[in-house]
Amino acid sequence: MAMSDVLPSALAGADQYVSAYRWMLLARRMEEKISSLYHAGKIVGGVYLGRGQEAFSAALGVSLRRRKDVFSPLIRDMAGRLAFGEPLLDPARTYLGSVLGPMRGRDGNIHRGRPAEGMPAMISHLGSMVSVVCGMLVARRFRGDVEAVGAACIGDGATSTGSFHEAVNLAAVEKLPLVIAVANNQFAYSTPTDRQFACADLVDRAIGYGIDGHRVDGTDLAECLEVFGRAVARARAGQGPQLVVGRLLRLTGHGAHDDANYVPEALKQTELGRDCLERARQHLLDHGLATVAELEQWDREAVHEVQLAVATAQKDPVPEAAGEDWRALSSF
Amino acid sequence: MALTYLEAIREALTRALRDDPTVFIYGQDVATFGGAFKATKNLSRDFPGRVLDAPISEDAMLGMAIGAAIEGMRPIVEMQFADFSSIAFNQIVNQAATHFWRTGVTCPLVVRLPSGGTPGSGPFHSQMMESIYAHYPGLVVLTPATVGDAYSMLLEAVALDDPVIFCEHKFLYYHLKDEALPEESLPIGKARIARMGRHATVVTYSAMVHESLRAAADLAAEGYEIEVIDLRSVKPIDSDTVLASVARTGRLLCVGESFPWGGVCAEVIARVVADGFNLLDAPPQRLNAKDTPIPYHPNLWAAHRPTAATIAESLRRLLRF
Ligand SMILES: Cc1ncc(C[n+]2csc(CCOP(=O)(O)OP(=O)(O)O)c2C)c(N)n1
Repeated sequence: MAMSDVLPSALAGADQYVSAYRWMLLARRMEEKISSLYHAGKIVGGVYLGRGQEAFSAALGVSLRRRKDVFSPLIRDMAGRLAFGEPLLDPARTYLGSVLGPMRGRDGNIHRGRPAEGMPAMISHLGSMVSVVCGMLVARRFRGDVEAVGAACIGDGATSTGSFHEAVNLAAVEKLPLVIAVANNQFAYSTPTDRQFACADLVDRAIGYGIDGHRVDGTDLAECLEVFGRAVARARAGQGPQLVVGRLLRLTGHGAHDDANYVPEALKQTELGRDCLERARQHLLDHGLATVAELEQWDREAVHEVQLAVATAQKDPVPEAAGEDWRALSSF
Repeated sequence: MALTYLEAIREALTRALRDDPTVFIYGQDVATFGGAFKATKNLSRDFPGRVLDAPISEDAMLGMAIGAAIEGMRPIVEMQFADFSSIAFNQIVNQAATHFWRTGVTCPLVVRLPSGGTPGSGPFHSQMMESIYAHYPGLVVLTPATVGDAYSMLLEAVALDDPVIFCEHKFLYYHLKDEALPEESLPIGKARIARMGRHATVVTYSAMVHESLRAAADLAAEGYEIEVIDLRSVKPIDSDTVLASVARTGRLLCVGESFPWGGVCAEVIARVVADGFNLLDAPPQRLNAKDTPIPYHPNLWAAHRPTAATIAESLRRLLRF
């Protein structure tokens, strides 16, 4: 099944807000399910969750055109992936090792993608995907497609890699329509930002690269939509790379295995620790964009969709070693 | 019209750009300047917009090429020196090499590595990287030794849907000449018998083919006929041609310019021992560079890598066994 084209991508205003909220909700429910499957021993390999980062991720996803643009997710971008058009069956199948998933059991969990549809399949090595998005944009430029925008998601920790620096500089030199979305969730695994970098704000690095920088409250969906909308529009208009840095907090362990006891309680009580999903829900009610009944209905629908996807994937065939060709080359 | 190994590479690049609009060249100083070794001289003039200067960012250069390749382009990346591809190692072995296997989407790119030693180049401008890259599934690794192969294998590399590590030998760039470019050639994956013989087999590739041929000529004067096999491509590797030769000669020496620990020579010997133990009249031998970084001074450098003289010496020992 290809990534769905059901929803038009460039929704405006309230529609876009509602759309993003529903992707956030679906991602949250899906990840809760994946997490419980993990703790029940039903998942092989690691589980990394985007709890607390859904607004930042989904806002980027809905700001892009499905299939036409490039969206390169990282480990906390379930919401952005779904918003960009990844079918819910993809994570279900990949986490459960189904042979029918996009990775066919050859790779797992977050390392899934549909590169032919504008969503590269991340490798683990942090920082490595940014330059790949650059290449996908260069290819589009060669083809005469000057409309396409590419977005690369990344965490605060991965901004310390040489790979990240090389890629952002390259994008700046080539003036590529690249949006670099840095989710500064204050920790890289257990390492706080003051052991990661010494600049006052990561967004200041944009000056050094000669590109635009934007900072945003990553717990506020409306602000995320506005900032990503602007960044994507500027990239599309030929203004070159856009560095967007979101302030937020990872509301979960690094992985499902991690209790994150190193995150100070006081930090969780700050503005950074607000749950973006709760905030968005309140926003919908406050602005009359949804009733309590509607919110409950959407939630039920999300839960149902998740159950359906997981149930389907659980019935799928798993890969059989005898059926593998064990070939890594296409030519030989 | 005599043509050098380097000119053959330039001819192949020209033809690739001319015949396939999805081909582009990316590397440091490759555009107006024409590359550190002038492999891309005039190409940016003749193919505007398709020969792009890269920042000094090997990791990002490869990442960019990978992104373009999975979108259907056929990038050719020039590393200024093979040695610097270590910076791009992650992108090559983890991203390019795994992509088709993981996703089913091919990643057709060529990384040109100006490889191997020249006197005075020292530890960081002399390395042979074929053994390292051949270790990883998902890469094709080519080591042309002749002008004709430099041309035809580069064209074939560009046409392949897999990522190709193209190890050009810098020592051959200007010295090695041929009269004309080949009309046809052996396919990638087939070794070539560079010299026929019956007393011992030398399996080698790249610049060491020429050292081995000189050694074989010396041994001929002593009454020994040495067969020299040029692997051409170290991955895929043509074990059949090697085994058939060892079946005729009973003796095997593998010669490589890369470091001695593991690598292509070890691989060839392992295969021959496993699949042709009964063919051997003597323990198979290998001769590589020494197990130190590559020395700068020509006197040391000449003693660090295998030469016709040390190859001949190894052969004499092998023949005496
Ligand atoms: C090059 C590299 N080094 C180390 C790791 C191991 N690792 C995986 S996730 C992670 C932390 C990443 O932190 P950050 O970039 O801030 O993203 P976050 O997990 O906070 O979303 C580390 C160290 C890796 N995947 N890649």
